[in-house]
Amino acid sequence: MRRLTGSVLVAAVAVALVGCGEHEQVVVYKQGQYQGKPDTKPWDNESFAGDRAQWEASIKARNQSQNEYRRING
Amino acid sequence: MARMKFICDAERCIECNGCVTACKNEHEVPWGVNRRRVVTINDGVPGERSMSVACMHCSDAPCMAVCPVDCFYRTDEGVVLHDKDLCIGCGYCFYACPFGAPQFPQAGAFGLRGKMDKCTFCAGGPEKNASEDEFRKYGRNRLAEGKLPLCAEVCSTKALLGGDADVLADIYRQRVTTRGKGADIWGWSTAYGKPDAPAQQPDAGGKS
Repeated sequence: MRRLTGSVLVAAVAVALVGCGEHEQVVVYKQGQYQGKPDTKPWDNESFAGDRAQWEASIKARNQSQNEYRRING
Repeated sequence: MARMKFICDAERCIECNGCVTACKNEHEVPWGVNRRRVVTINDGVPGERSMSVACMHCSDAPCMAVCPVDCFYRTDEGVVLHDKDLCIGCGYCFYACPFGAPQFPQAGAFGLRGKMDKCTFCAGGPEKNASEDEFRKYGRNRLAEGKLPLCAEVCSTKALLGGDADVLADIYRQRVTTRGKGADIWGWSTAYGKPDAPAQQPDAGGKS
C-alpha cells in the first residue's frame, strides 16, 4: 500500500512539474510543398518546340536590347 | 539558368505610368486590381523620386511562407507564381508582402475578397502555355513567347528593367558609372551640355 502511495505521489509530482519545463517559444517555419498543378517550361510550346537553347538566346537578346548604350553605339 | 528580376532606376522614372497601363492592357486586369503601380516620394518637391513597384519575385518570398494552402511555387527562372485554383483568398500574402504586390478583386458590392492576383513576370501560371485558361486566370505568357515583361520593355526612359539579374546588374552598373552621381546627374549642364566658351558678358559701359 505504501509503495503504491509512493509511486502515485512521484507520478503526481512529475505531472505537476511538467508545466515548469522550458519549451521552445519561437515558431520554426517549415517550407511547405507546393500543392497546386505542375507548370510547363516556357520553352515547351509551339514557338520553341522544347528547344531551351533557342528560348534562352531569345531572352538574352531581349535582355540586351534594354541597354541603350549598347543599342545606340552598336 | 536565368534568375529573373526587376529593377527600377529612380533617377530615370518620370512617373508616366506607361508600365502600369501596359500591364493592365496586356493582361486585361480588372478594375481595382493593380499588378504594378508607380510610387512617388516627396511629390512636387524638387528632387522627387518615383519608382515602379510590383511583385519583386523574392528569392525567399514571405508570401510563400505564410500561404496556408501552399499555392505558391517558384519556377526555375526564379519567378514566383501561384495556382489560382488552390488560392482561398485569405489575404495572408498581402499582409506578408513588403511591396503590397498581392491584389484582391472586389467582386461584390460588399467587398467580397476574390482569389489573389499579382504580377506574374508575364510568365502566366500553371496552365498550358498560351492557352485560353492561362490568359483568363493569369494573363498573357510573354516569357513563353521568348519575350520579357511588357512593363519593362515598354518603359520609355528605360527606368524599369526586367530580365536576368546578372544582365540587369551589368546594364545598371554601366549606366551609373557613365552618368555619375549626386548633382552631376540632373540640371541644365547635364541636359544641354556645358558651353564651350563662357557666355559674353554685357558691356558695362554700353550706349545709353
